[in-house]
Amino acid sequence: MSTTVKAPADATGTAAAARSGTAMDSGEEMAALQTLRRGVQISPELREGIGWTLVLAVLASVGQVIVPVVVQQTLDRGLGADGGPDVSFVVWMGVIAAAAIALTSGASYLMTSRLFRTSERGLATLRIKAFRHVHDLPLLTQNTERRGALVSRVTSDVDQVSQFLVFGGLLFVVSVGQVLIATIVMAIYSWQLALVVWIAFAPLFLSIRWFQRKLSEAYGVVRRQMGSMLSAISEPVVGAAVVRSYAVEARTQARIDEAIDGFRAASTRAQRFTVVSFSLGGISAGLANAGVIVIGVLLGFADQMTIGTVLAFAFLVTLFVGPVQMGTQILTDAQNAIAGWRRVIGILETPADLVDPGEDGETLPRGPVDVRFEGVSFAYPGGPFVLRDIDLDIAAGRRVAVVGETGSGKSTVAKLLTRLMDPTEGAVLLDGVDVRRIAARSLRRSVVLVPQEGFLFDDSITANVRYGDLDATEADILASADELGLSDWLATLPAGLATQVGQRGESLSAGERQLVALLRAHLADPDLLVLDEATSAVDPALEMRIGRALERLMSGRTSVTIAHRLSTAESADEVVVVDRGRIVQRGPHAELVHQEGSVYAGLHASWVAQQGA
Amino acid sequence: MTVEQETHPDEPGLDGDGASRAATTREGFGVIWVAIKREPGVFALSTVGSMLFGLLTVADAWALGWSTDHVLTPAFRDGEIGTSMLVAVFAIFVGIALLRAVGIVARRLFAGMMQYRMQAHSRRAVTRQYLTLPMEWHQRHPTGELLSNANSDVEAAWGPIAPLPMAVGTVVMMAIAIVQMFAADLVLALVGLLVFPAVIVANLAYQRLASPLMTRAQELRAEVSEIAHESFDGAMVVKTLGREGEETERFAAKVHELRDVNIRAGRIRAAFDPTLAALPNLGVLVVLGIGVERVLGGSTDAGAVVTVAYLLTIVSFPIRSIGWLLGEFPRSVVGFRRLSTVLEAEGEMPYGDRSVPDVPGTGARLEVGGLAYSYVAEQPLLRDVSFTVEPGRTVAIVGATASGKSTLTALLTRLVDPDRGRITLDGVDLRDLDRGELARVSGVVPQTAFLFDDTVRGNVTLDARVDGMPLTDDDVWEALRAAQADGFVAALPHGLDTQLGERGTSLSGGQRQRISLARALVRRPRLLVLDDATSAVDPEVEARILAALRHGPSDTTLVVVAYRKATIALADEVVHLEDGRIVDRGTHAELLRRSPSYARLVNAYEQAEPGDAPVSVEVGS
Repeated sequence: MSTTVKAPADATGTAAAARSGTAMDSGEEMAALQTLRRGVQISPELREGIGWTLVLAVLASVGQVIVPVVVQQTLDRGLGADGGPDVSFVVWMGVIAAAAIALTSGASYLMTSRLFRTSERGLATLRIKAFRHVHDLPLLTQNTERRGALVSRVTSDVDQVSQFLVFGGLLFVVSVGQVLIATIVMAIYSWQLALVVWIAFAPLFLSIRWFQRKLSEAYGVVRRQMGSMLSAISEPVVGAAVVRSYAVEARTQARIDEAIDGFRAASTRAQRFTVVSFSLGGISAGLANAGVIVIGVLLGFADQMTIGTVLAFAFLVTLFVGPVQMGTQILTDAQNAIAGWRRVIGILETPADLVDPGEDGETLPRGPVDVRFEGVSFAYPGGPFVLRDIDLDIAAGRRVAVVGETGSGKSTVAKLLTRLMDPTEGAVLLDGVDVRRIAARSLRRSVVLVPQEGFLFDDSITANVRYGDLDATEADILASADELGLSDWLATLPAGLATQVGQRGESLSAGERQLVALLRAHLADPDLLVLDEATSAVDPALEMRIGRALERLMSGRTSVTIAHRLSTAESADEVVVVDRGRIVQRGPHAELVHQEGSVYAGLHASWVAQQGA
Repeated sequence: MTVEQETHPDEPGLDGDGASRAATTREGFGVIWVAIKREPGVFALSTVGSMLFGLLTVADAWALGWSTDHVLTPAFRDGEIGTSMLVAVFAIFVGIALLRAVGIVARRLFAGMMQYRMQAHSRRAVTRQYLTLPMEWHQRHPTGELLSNANSDVEAAWGPIAPLPMAVGTVVMMAIAIVQMFAADLVLALVGLLVFPAVIVANLAYQRLASPLMTRAQELRAEVSEIAHESFDGAMVVKTLGREGEETERFAAKVHELRDVNIRAGRIRAAFDPTLAALPNLGVLVVLGIGVERVLGGSTDAGAVVTVAYLLTIVSFPIRSIGWLLGEFPRSVVGFRRLSTVLEAEGEMPYGDRSVPDVPGTGARLEVGGLAYSYVAEQPLLRDVSFTVEPGRTVAIVGATASGKSTLTALLTRLVDPDRGRITLDGVDLRDLDRGELARVSGVVPQTAFLFDDTVRGNVTLDARVDGMPLTDDDVWEALRAAQADGFVAALPHGLDTQLGERGTSLSGGQRQRISLARALVRRPRLLVLDDATSAVDPEVEARILAALRHGPSDTTLVVVAYRKATIALADEVVHLEDGRIVDRGTHAELLRRSPSYARLVNAYEQAEPGDAPVSVEVGS
């Protein structure tokens, strides 16, 4: 594989996702100025007190100019005065210089601290907004970008911006100001020589746009490579067990090394443009100096110039060159920063398709929920329909089991019910209200999904269970565990509820993780409970016990269970059989199982065959 | 290991005291020395570039003086000048500028190259550690933290390389200037050089104030990264429980802490930079003051004062560039220490040099003797577990949730080593096997399938070689067929070449399990460990998988952790675990007959629905 530029590696997602717009916005379409404007809009702190900071920046740069001029004057006119040093002049100049040093230092201290404060505050806001937005994105979009790349967007990409905001941004404005002032002063001395200087710098100024475009591309690649590198590193760390059991360390390391090299190569490449554009400034300065002297001499022949003017002009050129160099440098740094900024803003620009109606949304009344699917079809972007024309009514308080083969679309039903996705056609209604019109807070309060692979946070069991109800006390948790018949299990844990579950809960077995997830859902006290094969990894005896406990607890709630163990289906009020995206049978277990040749009868037969073996 | 440890880092907590303050500067130089030793060529090139730049900066000033004396003055005096002189002036200035540009390009390009290379070396070294450190280490170090090590700490550690060549290159400039200063006037030179102790004092103050903040900032960066990674990883739970707000608050708390530390560190930086800029200027003022006195007292002449003052302004530039270098030290040292902690972490799994005798087509003999393991002391997860599986035989491990089955499979696949007892494969202790040997002869299918962001083919083969040959597509399809995954894989848009996305998110749980199963089967392992590997698969599909395993061509030794009777029925023997001990062993039928607790466990589904006659019993038995 080449170590250079690869196609957008962080949009690993599927081409289909990119086509249909579910992918994360890379932000790369945004022009630099647009990025800055949007960035400041997102982090208004960046504008705070900018006027005073600018005044301080000007004071600091004025002081920087005064000091060498004063020292020069002291040497020339104080020490070199005819008839020995002019003491009082030296003293006065010394006082002025000391004042100028104090002014510069003070002003630059205040300016830099202020810049640190505003930019750090602004960037904290940016990080937090981006983080929040990631959670507001639909599940499908979240999955189009790898976790490592997402993390890089709220960590490393933001860090890139910070350097620029403190040591770039505002100083660029000051540099441009200095260049303008130097130009005016030069023009007053001699418009012809001023023109010479500008002509010498013309190639640099004219090529800036080209360099900016190149840099923008190059740093865009650098940031993307950083994202892929972090993804390549995080993946095998998360899957450390598989890497070890299959002894694929070498293969994995090769993949990581490739990503590391990709980042290195991209950085080196971007650096090339930076360096060339910067050195162009030095060449221009040489041309300007040469031009000033040669043209100055020629103008002298025409009696349009004195030697004093030429020498003064040579000094003025340095006042012009300094800020130009500074400005060029800042512009190149800016492209690095903007490339990072774009990626963070890209998150915020990605539409959260599942818009939360917020305050305008409806609130579901407490109490069992009535569920209705009206002509619901669903297709993943760019894919075929997974569900087709589903019409389904579940009366409040009923216990329904959805069964079907893998890939039949039964898990999609769970995702639509809990609004992890919105239907492509039709509507899902809870208590007669379209889920899209229900305020997210109310929806999450009333509807709880327990997925098959319950994710746990690296914390205690208590903390993980409290995720379902933040106000739950330890006693509440113990009581819930008792109701679900999990007390015995809790007693076997080394530290009981205080047991640390490890990253992703991996200190527990898959079955135990499911138990914690169930406890969490129970504490959340939902009105509609959706279980997606939530007890598939616990032992049969415990599963049956939990099943019976849930049955008791479900009185007064509606429950939808996605099941492949038909024991669950047997005890449900009603079974809905999904096959190839359509509902093919519904009714109580006892009825369906006797429908000869039906899908359900088939599923049941193989289930029984397994059990009876 | 690529990053040698030059100095022994003190405990990070000691940053306040005097010894470690001096240590920061020393350690900073140590870090730089590591880089110079590692990349001497690139360093030399960038330093030469920097020296060239320094020399030509001086040459530039000389050119102006020369052209004043030889071109401007005669031209304005005489009213004429030869064209050749004008051409010479032009050539000198442009020539100097071009050479200087070469110096700049060399300095910055090679400095950048050196920095990026050092970053890459460190990243390779830490990730290599991630891949070799044992599972227990991983449990204590969250993914987000490891990402931060590989990213932010690496960047911090090698931050000083960018200003390094400039600082080294200008040292030459500085040395020349200092020699000239002494030549001009000894006393004034000494006065001027007081700037150096002042710079050192300023630097020490900076290190002292900044180091603890930088340490905290790097820790916080890791914590911010940790929360982000974990929270995005658990995005579905966050969403389904509507905890976006709480998660954002958790993240925001750390981000705000980082922000505050950065602002405090920024304030110190904001004071340090102007101080460094001001010190040489103040030095010039002092030299001027004392110079005037000495001139008046007749000890020296005005020309000497002018020279020393002028040289001191020249020196201010190297001082600032050295200051930039030193300014990077606190962060660099912190980053380097954090990397060293990872690189020095102990606990790499020891491997032996033995291999399992190669007997293709036959199963391995597995012997487990007196096994004990505990994660927390006094809380044994397994106690005195012993059993033997003869080649080609199948043993089912059956037990309630949390009875120690997962721990047993972790031991069988050597994710952890036992506290007591041993596991042998064909008579060889797993700990004596060469690295990669266990994986060559055995396959494991974990409870929760983990797929890589790769194609179906890549996920199944993981680039394995069987008998020295890479796996063919036929092998892959055969394994997929046995795992009942051929159907849905064939229906994927690009078949075997379909990218599965991170952790295979585009597939359902059952589909992921079957790919994971195919990954084990394709290797034709002599020992296959299935840890409840079909829990997410439909009964019908599972039945077909089991049939394929039972009637498969090879005589694999099979250890299955299972709950379902159909799976258990495959086994020649059942090992019944309770609370980490084997309570009974025998055939399924024997255990059903003599062990009530076993019967309760595996017959649970049939005993469902107290009251109504359970349908499954009615139809099934």
